[in-house]
Amino acid sequence: MARAASAILFAAVTLYAIFGGADFGAGFWDLTAGGATTGRRPRQLIDASMGPVWEANHVWLIFCLVVLWTAFPSAFASITRTLYVPLGLAALGIVLRGSGFAFRHVAVSTSEQRAEGAAFAASSVITPFFMGTVAGALASGRVPTNGVGANGITSWVNPTSLLGGVLAVAACAHLAAVFLAADARSRRAPDLESYFRRRALAAAVFAGAVAVAGIFVLRADASRLFHRLLGPGLPLVALSAGAGLAGLALLGRVAPGWLRVIAVIAVGSTVLGWGVAQYPYLLGTHLRVSEAAAPASTLWSIGLVALAAALICGPSLAFLYRLQQRGQLEVN
Amino acid sequence: MTPSQLLPAREQIAFTLAFHIVLVPFGVAFTFLMMIANYRGLKHGDADALLLARRWSKVAAVLFAVGAVSGTVLSFELGLLWPGLMGTFGAAYGIPFGVEGIFFFLEAIFVAVYIYGWDRMPPWRHFWTGLPVVLAGAGGTASVVAANGWMNLPGGITMQAGKVVAVRPLAVFFNRAFWYETLHMLLAAYVVAGFVVAGVYAAGMLKGRRDRYHRIGFLIPFTVAAAVIPVQILVGDVVAREAFHQEPAKFAAIEILPKTASHVPETLGGVLIGGKVRFGVRIPSAASLLAGYDPNTRINGLDAIPPGVRPKPELVDTVHLAFDTMVATAFALLGLAGWFAVGWWRRRDLPASRWFLRGAAAAGAVSVVSLETGWIVTEVGRQPWTIVGLLLTRDAVTRSGNVWYFFGATVVLYAAVGTATVLTLREMRRRWRSGSDEGVTVPYGPVEPVDVAS
Ligand code: HDD
Ligand code: HEM
Ligand code: HEM
Repeated sequence: MARAASAILFAAVTLYAIFGGADFGAGFWDLTAGGATTGRRPRQLIDASMGPVWEANHVWLIFCLVVLWTAFPSAFASITRTLYVPLGLAALGIVLRGSGFAFRHVAVSTSEQRAEGAAFAASSVITPFFMGTVAGALASGRVPTNGVGANGITSWVNPTSLLGGVLAVAACAHLAAVFLAADARSRRAPDLESYFRRRALAAAVFAGAVAVAGIFVLRADASRLFHRLLGPGLPLVALSAGAGLAGLALLGRVAPGWLRVIAVIAVGSTVLGWGVAQYPYLLGTHLRVSEAAAPASTLWSIGLVALAAALICGPSLAFLYRLQQRGQLEVN
Repeated sequence: MTPSQLLPAREQIAFTLAFHIVLVPFGVAFTFLMMIANYRGLKHGDADALLLARRWSKVAAVLFAVGAVSGTVLSFELGLLWPGLMGTFGAAYGIPFGVEGIFFFLEAIFVAVYIYGWDRMPPWRHFWTGLPVVLAGAGGTASVVAANGWMNLPGGITMQAGKVVAVRPLAVFFNRAFWYETLHMLLAAYVVAGFVVAGVYAAGMLKGRRDRYHRIGFLIPFTVAAAVIPVQILVGDVVAREAFHQEPAKFAAIEILPKTASHVPETLGGVLIGGKVRFGVRIPSAASLLAGYDPNTRINGLDAIPPGVRPKPELVDTVHLAFDTMVATAFALLGLAGWFAVGWWRRRDLPASRWFLRGAAAAGAVSVVSLETGWIVTEVGRQPWTIVGLLLTRDAVTRSGNVWYFFGATVVLYAAVGTATVLTLREMRRRWRSGSDEGVTVPYGPVEPVDVAS
């Protein structure tokens, strides 16, 4: 059951990385869209495609937290005791981002819109960066049990964490650009489609370069992870690399709908590969999944919650996405 | 020794919870008011009601967004501030939050469907998409409050050598405080949402906007709140008696009672000075009568609490004064509701006095005071425990870093977000008043179509 719970946890992390990531990435493109006139249409597209789904995309984060603290309480406490700086900053980043996005819709004057838009966009970059540093800290085994003797700074300011942070921002940007290109196509805005295709390509090249550099970083700084990635994690690493290359090769050619699938595979398999490499440990090589797990009845409850969420929220979410698509057709 | 982070951690959680809880009634109960207006609009072809429903859904969208982000911060804080709570008891305490996750997911989805669905779905089908929002709001409230109730009256776990080794999930969720705390909070959400929304239209009427739109905008929420407040007071009475039976330490603080006794008077106001109650007004034997329907009822005083875990006098004063404020504001609201009922019964109309409208305009703020002080009674009244009998707050608190920085940043950020929320809502009102509904786009809703031509 502990294994099942850890699978649920990683599934939630992966879904958050994909849906939340695409959302954060949209903020990145918002930040870099230029002045009020040049950036108007890309920003409009970003608003239109995020509007109805941005919050549902972020409930995955709540799920990750809840599953972690219920199913693996001691691991959760160790993480918060150690990584309080990036986690605290990410939490505040989420406030800034959500409220900036909400208020921007209503603001009239350009200066207000600019202030709120800037809050939204900047926090969209900062937040995934800090989340990435947390992932890096976990992946390189820098979280001691119960946070005993933890270092509040070097635990997340280190090569693997910085790699995690930069990779997170790049992956978000790529995912978002691909999603937005697909959205531009379904809204029949070809210029925006190629606008975001170009950006998807740039982000993919950048993410690929970071990933290659990452190989060396991990070998030097997180050798267990490195070896495990090349061992049991290899199929997923290969899948991720393959999807990344396929995405690059096909970016100019196939419909953006397909690119979306490829991008999701690339990002999803990276996160899952990390999970597989980490197994059977939750923290470093000192806390096993089975040791950290809550009593069986708690794990069963979490399993039931996940099942209920899949059965109830899954179809509802599909309904929302469908409605959004249909609504667009009417608007056009 | 008191851990150095205890004070900032308490300030931080209190501040952020107090902020979040003001938004909660709008996610939980405002959506119900919106459905009433929507129903009226469709059933009776009432264009004013339909317009209200549409605008309210947009207000709800903005408040919901702020509620969601402030709630997310709370989830982080449970770990960042109270690792001793989460690390040791997460296996039990976390379960209600897991259930809450499902409800929040549903709520987030259907809020978006409802707002997006205006003009995009057949009207009655659109109306029904509001129902999951109302139900998920109630379910979410029940789940979070279940977690809180468990802190007050924990059960359903087996401990061995300081570790939770067995959990009975249903007993954790449906703990002994679950039913009454949930009901009291749910009704509070309806009271607050009703009075706050009605207050906005009462203020408009005071400024001479007496059209039908304002009248309905006032009547729907005010009627709901006025109908709920007497029920809430009866439930509050039950809650207080449950506290007497199950949480004697909290009850001693509520009644500001230094020594165990019978014929205990109800003390209104007053503070503890040198172990004695000063400056209070006493109603002889009233507390004993209320608690056990008999003046001979013995009530445990603060002296019955072991000295090591006895709350400090300042905390007792806080709990007692907060309780008095909750009850006083409750009766003030009841008076206003009664005034309305008499006016309606006599003349089928609002009371004519401008004082009634002034009262109604203030009632929103008064009801928020009830809500906040009620939570202060519950939370401060639990001290020094985080989980009564199992975990002291000072053992729950983090030892890492310096929480004051986090607290400072949070206060600054929340002040900005709070101000922006108010400004945003005022901007929406300004645009509606100038007769444009088109330009007002909100999160979750459609934005202007992207121009295809550049
Ligand atoms: C509109 C809001 C409102 C109103 C009018 C009242 N209350 Fe209340 N009260 C709350 C809102 C509230 C709450 C939602 O803030 C609390 C905090 C925790 C809870 O379950 O409800 C609460 C808690 C609370 C507690 C502590 C429960 C515990 O910790 O176990 C008591 C004893 C009462 N209430 C009693 C009353 C009485 C006797 C009232 C009227 C005469 C009353 N309340 C009106
Ligand atoms: C009495 C106490 C509480 C009630 C009734 C309550 C209710 C709600 C409701 C109805 C929402 C939906 C958004 C809104 O309308 O504002 C919400 C959001 C949220 N709350 Fe609370 N809440 C309470 C306390 C807490 C606490 C203590 C936590 C966490 C520790 C928490 C975590 C959250 C989270 C994570 C969200 C965002 C969910 C989303 O993304 O949609 N809440 N809360
Ligand atoms: C279901 C909802 C809630 C949960 C799960 C919850 C949980 C907690 C926790 C874990 C603490 C820290 C440990 C402790 O001091 O006992 C705390 C303290 C506190 N909470 Fe709550 N809380 C909830 C609702 C609220 C609300 C709505 C308020 C609004 C005012 C509030 C006010 C406070 C205060 C003032 C403290 C500090 C108490 C003190 O240390 O003196 N809580 N709460």
